[in-house]
Formats: sequence, structure tokens, C-alpha cells
Amino acid sequence: MSALVELLSSHIVRVVLFGSALLGAISGMLGAFAVLRRQSLLGDALAHAALPGVCLGFLIAGARDLGSIMAGAFFTGALAALAMMLITRTTRLKTDAALGIVLSVFFGVGVVLLTHLQAQGGAASAGLGSFLFGQAAAILVSDLWIMGGVGLVVLALVLGFWKEFKLVSFDAEFAKAQGFPVTLLEAALTVMVALAIVAGLQLAGVVLMVALLIAPAAAARQWTRRLSGMVALSAGLGAAAGAVGALVSASMRGLATGPVVVLIATALVLVSLALAPQRGLLWQAFAARRARDRIGEARVLAAMQGLAAAHDNKSYRAEQGMLDAALGAPTPATRLEALEQRGLIRAVTHAPETTPHWQLTEAGHEAARAQGRKSGPDP
Amino acid sequence: MIAAFFDSIPAMILTTGILVGASAALLGSFLVLRGNAMLTDAISHSIVFGIIIVWLLTRQLSGPVQLLGAAATGVLTVVLSEALARSRLVKMDAAIGLVFPALFAAGVLLISLYARDVHLHAESVLLGEIGFVWMHNIPLAGLQVPVAVATLAAVLLINAVFVLAFWKELKLASFDPGLAAALGFLPGVLHYALLTLTSVTAVASFDAVGAILFIAFVIVPPATAYLLTRRLWLMVVLSVALATAACIAGYSLAVLWNVSIGGMMASMTGVWFTLALLFAPGRGLFAQALRRREQRLDHDCRALVAHLFTHQDRPEMPEENTLHALIEHLGWPEPRARAAVLRAHDRALVERRAGLLILRAKGLAEAEAIFGRSQLRPLKPSPAKSLSTGLESGPPRA
Repeated sequence: MSALVELLSSHIVRVVLFGSALLGAISGMLGAFAVLRRQSLLGDALAHAALPGVCLGFLIAGARDLGSIMAGAFFTGALAALAMMLITRTTRLKTDAALGIVLSVFFGVGVVLLTHLQAQGGAASAGLGSFLFGQAAAILVSDLWIMGGVGLVVLALVLGFWKEFKLVSFDAEFAKAQGFPVTLLEAALTVMVALAIVAGLQLAGVVLMVALLIAPAAAARQWTRRLSGMVALSAGLGAAAGAVGALVSASMRGLATGPVVVLIATALVLVSLALAPQRGLLWQAFAARRARDRIGEARVLAAMQGLAAAHDNKSYRAEQGMLDAALGAPTPATRLEALEQRGLIRAVTHAPETTPHWQLTEAGHEAARAQGRKSGPDP
Repeated sequence: MIAAFFDSIPAMILTTGILVGASAALLGSFLVLRGNAMLTDAISHSIVFGIIIVWLLTRQLSGPVQLLGAAATGVLTVVLSEALARSRLVKMDAAIGLVFPALFAAGVLLISLYARDVHLHAESVLLGEIGFVWMHNIPLAGLQVPVAVATLAAVLLINAVFVLAFWKELKLASFDPGLAAALGFLPGVLHYALLTLTSVTAVASFDAVGAILFIAFVIVPPATAYLLTRRLWLMVVLSVALATAACIAGYSLAVLWNVSIGGMMASMTGVWFTLALLFAPGRGLFAQALRRREQRLDHDCRALVAHLFTHQDRPEMPEENTLHALIEHLGWPEPRARAAVLRAHDRALVERRAGLLILRAKGLAEAEAIFGRSQLRPLKPSPAKSLSTGLESGPPRA
């Protein structure tokens, strides 16, 4: 605890903590829409495409000025989105190829510009490399204001056009038929994703930015079926991953903030995938097991009812081995015990035989008849 | 002579680039056709994790075991992404986007924690340094051959043998996986074989061009070739040729401008793609625009012929069968009307006689083709009735 207080007393740690929480919240909020619209990898392409913009901004401003760097990144990001649209609409190439082309070519151009800047020299250009992997420690208080501004704009847009974005995310065809400007709305969502990426480049870098978009949204999706809940939870998880990541990386030397945040967000996804009610893997396994048990019990009852009917004896005592043969596999003892506890069958003996025997109770006959009625007509 | 070739730094850099480009483009053609291009993105990022794990275990960066070990991470990424997508908890695109950044982040952290002092540098993993391939040599048949060149030559050979040996199967699985499965060609096994080779190629190339520029070589030349041809063998050959051309041009420009060689090579693949996108014969944007223009001109020609035919040899002919009428009555802008008349003239559909546009024999034939064997209009012109072509936008006339 005292270590935490000590950490928080550092100005840089506070700035980084606040900045990464803010970025996590923004990208989490927008990532929810990107994931629902199956455009997760668009974020990856836009993030890579921001690299030449970062260099251009630097080239034009002549110094590491976040405003012009962000403007440049935003410009090339938008250009990349346009190029992608052009490729998918005018050629036979599929979306994935368009993504890959834009991602790699823009990044290639970015690398060329980066080396050009580095060859020109100047100590400031060394900091440009940090945009590849992100360098949270380089965040300044003035940068926080810009990120906060981006966050407010994005929040206002999402709240203002909530209904429209919701419709476009779930049923774009219907939205089009209703006369909503679908292309414009989709463009607005893409532009906002680009904004979030641009704001996040400093923290996570071009390569890992995509995880900040996808991971909180994918985790939030597991817990809720409502868009409002998903967006809010996604923003919350993003902020939490950002804050915890910043603290962890500050507490240990050599841990870069971006990768740590990404790993924490991924851990959140894993936990959500495993534990989420209704959807989670554990929940699914539990439900599958219960279904298997119920079917197994029903088969035992049906087999015993069949044996009783064949012998025309309601209190027919079925031998265990006979039951196993009828069901095609040995019946687990636990299953028979469960049925006995529910009062549907009872263990009996059949002298002089020593093997266990089972007999349907009155309640058992009733249950077997009921499930027979449920599953179809009696033979 | 041969020794001089292997001693020459530019020759070695170019050879490395061409080997990367050719081996990547060979496999990329099938990935692009199958719509799996973004798996390359995932593979090339996550092998960073594999490379550092292998280095931590063996303290060696190159060698066949290291190559396969790192490549296993690439395959692992694909397997994990597909398993995640199959659970139906997340969609395929999100699954890819979840797995590779996690592995990449873990790789970057491990590098910065344990491998700071070796030449494994996170930046060089991403960007590669093709300019330094000549620094690590191994003796081969009495020559000093760069490790990268030797490895990549072996990889190219394996890829080429794979593609040639399974040509028919790859072709079928790329275009119709359902049929391939029904015929017992195991498209799933082929899919993983292809992705395994892609991983191996990515690991072999990462020293030279880095993780991300490798994606450019896998996706962009095949996509460019796809715009240029409809034949698979030509697409593969073209993509290898385009990759080679991008290496040569990229290297020359990079030396000229003193910038990253790998980056410039990737940029050049982008230049080829842009050129193909704009100027591909038949399907390029330029050809599409030209075709649209032609179609509009042809349509205008037909409208013109129909208009002239309707009014020919009628009292209103002096007024209607003029350029002016096209502008006034059909509402065409003047350049459009002029272009249509010019085209019709060129095609010997109309001629100009005494200031009027008169249909020639070919024009009459076309008009009859449009209207059918003219039940629409009596052979003898009757001045009382005026037939409308339905194209006039001007006010109705008496």
C-alpha cells in the first residue's frame, strides 16, 4: 500500500496513469462499435497507416509537437480509410487484402520517412521511434489536455448520435432502408476510431493500438447483451487496464507501458471468456454437463419403465447388468444414487441373486410417463 | 566471379530482398485468393514472441531448430484465433486482433527484460535491417555466403517445391474449398501447410525486412497481379516478378535518397499496386472510366439515331434534325451533343447535308434495329401525326 502511495506521489506516474486510463476509456468506447461491426482489424490498419502521418507532422512542424503529429496521423489515417474503400469498391480484392495492402504500404512509406528524418539528425527525431511501440513516459501534461479534448468530442458524438450508431452497428441494411445516411455514419465511426488511435499512439504505439480497441470491447461483450452496457463496460475495462498497466510498468524497471496495458487487457478478455454468465466457457461447460446428466437420468427411467412394461410388472426389479445392457453402457453409480435420492427409484434385492437390483417407485413411473409424453407419443 | 558476387554488398542486399519477395509472393497468391491475407499480419507479428522464446531457450538466433521453433508461434496464432472464433464468443476478425497483439506485447516485454544487450532489438524486429545481411556469413561450398541468403534460398526452394507439387490441390482449395473437401483433397491440411510455410518464411525474412514489411511482400504483389490477370499461373509468376522489380527499384531509390531499404522496397510494391489499380487493362480505374464514357457515348449515339429517325422526312425535320435540337429538346449540354454527333459521324451513321443531320444507310439500319421493323411508323410520312421518340424534354409541339 505504501509502495502505491509512493508511486502515486510521482508527478510523471500520475500523468501517465491518468493518460492511459483516459486512452483506455476512449478506445474501449469506440472499440465496442468496431467489434460489433466486425471491423476490428480496420483499427490495426489505421494505426499502422498513422506512422507516415506522424513523420509528416514532425517534418512540417520541425519538432515533436503533439498537435501537428496528431493532425498528420489523422490525415494519413483518413487517407488509408479512403484507399481501403476505393480498393474494396472498385476491384475484386476482398476486405482482408485491402486491409493488408493499406497497412503494409503505408507503414513502408512511414519507415522511409522515419529513416529520412533520422538521417537528417536532430536529437528530437530520436523520440519518433517511440511511436512504434509507444512511450508512455513521454506524455506531457499538455498532451493530456489534447487527449481529454478528443475524449470529450468522441463522447459527445457517441451520445448525440446514439440511436443512429446503434442501428448502423446492428443492421446497416435496415438503417439504409429507413433513410439514415449510413455511409456518413459509418464514416463518422471510422473517423472516431482514427481519432482514438491517434490519441493512443503515444501510449501503445502503432502496433499495439489495435489491442486497446478490441480487447476491452471483446471482454465487455461477454457480460452483457445491451449496447449501452457494453459501451460503458468496455470504456470502464479499458480505463482499468490503462490505469493498472501504468502502475505495473511504473513499479518495475524495463516494463514498457503499452505492452503491459495490452497484456492486462488480454487477461481481462480471458477472464471474461471463461467466467461470463450465460456465454462464458465455464458456464457453457457446466450447462453441457447438466444437460448430459438430465438426458442420462431420463434414459435410465425410460429403460426401467420399458423393462417393467415388458414383464407386465409395475414393481419389476431390474438387475444392474440388465440395465447396463439396455442402455448400452454402464450407468454411473452417482446417477443412480441421484435418482434414488429424488425418490424415483429404489435399491432392492432379489434373492437368491446377490447383484444390485433397481425398482421404479410410483413417483418414478409418473416421471417416466411425463417425459414420454413430453418427447412424443407413447408406442 | 562467383566469390565476387557473394562479396559484393549491394548484390547480397538485392539477392536477400529478391529471395524474400519471391518466397513471400509465391505463398501470398493463395492467401490473397482465399481471403486469409490478414492472417499474415497476425503471423508476422506474433513470431516476435517465438523468436525471443527460442532465443531464451537456446541462446541462438539462427539455425533450423530456431527457425521452426519461432515459426511454430505463427501457426499457434492461427490455431488460437480459429479456436477462439469457433467458440463463437468473438468473431474471427476480433479473434485475430486479440491473439497477435497479446503475443507481440509479450514478445516485446521479454526482449526488453532479458535481451536488451543482444542484437535483438524490438525496433529491428519490426523494421529489419537488410543493409546488414552481409555481416553474418557462413562458409558454403568454399564461399562466404550470408546466413540470410542461404536460409532464404532454402525457404524459397521449399516454397517453390510445395507450390509446384500441390498446384492442383492449392488451386482447387483456393477457389472452391467445399469441392476440394468433397473430393477428399483435405483443404484444411493444405491450409495449415500453407500457413506453416508462411510462418517459416516470415521468420527467415524478419532479419532482413522485419515483421511488418514482410506483410507487404506477401499481400501486395499478389494483389497487384490479381488486378492484372485472371489466370492463376500468370498471377503467381507476375507476383514474383513484381516483388523482384519492387526490390530492385526500392534498393536503387533507397540508396539514392539514403532511406530505409526495406521500407522503400515495401513502398515500391505499393507503387506497383497503385499503378495497376489505375491502369490495369480492362479493370483499372482508368479503363473503367473510359468504358463508362464509351458506353455513354454509344448510348447517346443510339438516342441521336432514334431522334433523327423519328423526325426524318417530316415537316418538322428542318427544326428537329439539327445539333441545336439536341441541346434544346433533349436537354443535352452542348459538348455532349457535339461528341455524340461526332461519334455518329465517325461511325458513318449520320452525315451533314445542307445544315441538317441526315441518317445514312447504316444509321437507318440501326434505327430499325432499335424500333423493330418499324410498326411504329408508316412508310409514307403523314404530316398529321407526329411521333415522339420519348426523348424530348422540351415543351410539347403541335
